Amino acid sequence: MNQATTRAVTRATIRVELPAHLRTLAHVGCEVRLEVEGQATQRSVLDALEASYPMLRGTIRDHVTHERRPFLRFFACQEDWSHELPDAPLPDPVASGAEPFLIVGAIAGG
Amino acid sequence: MSKVRVLVGTRKGAFVLTSDGKREKWDVSGPHFAGWEIYHLKGSPADPNRLYASQTSGWFGQVIQRSSDGGKTWETPGGEKMPAPGGMPAGESNKFVYDTSAATGKPLTTHQWYDGTQHPWEFKRVWHLEPSLTDPDTVYAGVEDAALFRSTDGGKSWQELSGLRGHGTGPKWQPGAGGMGLHTIVLDPSNPQRIFIAISAAGAFRTDDGGKTWKPINRGLKSQYIPDPNAEVGHCVHHVAMHRSRPGVLFMQKHWDVMRSDNAGDLWQEVSGNLPTDFGFVIDVHAHEPETIYVVPIKSDSEHFPIGGQLRVYRSRTGGNEWEPLTKRLPQSNCYVNVLRDAMAVDSLDSCGVYFGTTGGQVYASADAGDNWAPIVRDLPGVLSVEVQTLP
Repeated sequence: MNQATTRAVTRATIRVELPAHLRTLAHVGCEVRLEVEGQATQRSVLDALEASYPMLRGTIRDHVTHERRPFLRFFACQEDWSHELPDAPLPDPVASGAEPFLIVGAIAGG
Repeated sequence: MSKVRVLVGTRKGAFVLTSDGKREKWDVSGPHFAGWEIYHLKGSPADPNRLYASQTSGWFGQVIQRSSDGGKTWETPGGEKMPAPGGMPAGESNKFVYDTSAATGKPLTTHQWYDGTQHPWEFKRVWHLEPSLTDPDTVYAGVEDAALFRSTDGGKSWQELSGLRGHGTGPKWQPGAGGMGLHTIVLDPSNPQRIFIAISAAGAFRTDDGGKTWKPINRGLKSQYIPDPNAEVGHCVHHVAMHRSRPGVLFMQKHWDVMRSDNAGDLWQEVSGNLPTDFGFVIDVHAHEPETIYVVPIKSDSEHFPIGGQLRVYRSRTGGNEWEPLTKRLPQSNCYVNVLRDAMAVDSLDSCGVYFGTTGGQVYASADAGDNWAPIVRDLPGVLSVEVQTLP
């Protein structure tokens, strides 16, 4: 799995790329920038995303279980993070804002 | 002069069609929510500018949209970043969570899967939104897997009316070909405690106490495709319609058979009469003539298109049994579209307008109760639902 180095940060600007339908739902462009407190993990990034854009609650993670919806995948630094633990630290380039965290529809073509 | 607003839900967005009382020239607004499936949108009878829409996606799940200006602008209720002090939590408008048993904390019930085994309830989408007749902030949602939810805060939060799933027959319900959806909600204008709903494939149900308790109302239905054709539940009811002046009289398009009940569903009788086929999805009632009803016969459950490629609405002026085909300016050759269960509606102008949408993306309108038809639009995405508002 991901071998990228990780680091703890207290506050960082994280970049998140959304699929087209969620951009229109949230009225945002391709990428949003989020202030994330503490370590950048999938959970902390998605918590920050949903806090800033409440209309996205339930569209990426289940409302109750917080599990990833089955037809979505998460990518970071060109690696599939869909099946990583939600509290695993994200790669350093994502945590520093150099690279975006990608939320992608599971079926890319027709 | 009166106006008409037609609300169209399609496979790829919502459209709002407006016209004056002549219903000859139409303005088309949309697509709203482009690219999303819009199963249903409907306006509040208590405030016609308040609209609700069910926006769904296999990828992203359920979203509820609300408009307070007749569909010009939309919002996700509670989608604001910070909830008002003491208000509902933000971002709950798409949260549909089934009740669990109060005694055990476990799922309330299971239902029958296609193979006859028991299967847990799994929320998929909202099929139908039915705003209250009196309160713009109260709206009912019929969902798949079948259950009834209600919001009393304008769609910000939803609570299940779990007496429906919990009354005992749930383990016998099973999905129809389109899923196990609660697709029909009919509110009794004379009795706010009485609601009718229908589920594929479970049947019709009624509450007389505002949704606390429910009972099946399927006596008289016969369905040869289930093990016991006269079973209490298991019937694939496609749609139910009522005329507001006679809330005890119900009309039903079942999988096969057109039915009517004169006692609020306690007993049904078949009124298919001379229809060329009694399979179909839609059924509706004339705005001013409670014995005038409309269906669109579909060839069969395996061939979901009109017989012979001829798109024909059938009208009965006798409450069923005697039917006449309505064909003027409807395609009478090479037409192989379907008309889905929520895709017909009527306006309440003096000359009753009738509207329906097809899986081929056409929305047809008749300004004279079905005698003559014309397409409002021809090339929308496949139409899932059609509702009409008659505005002052």
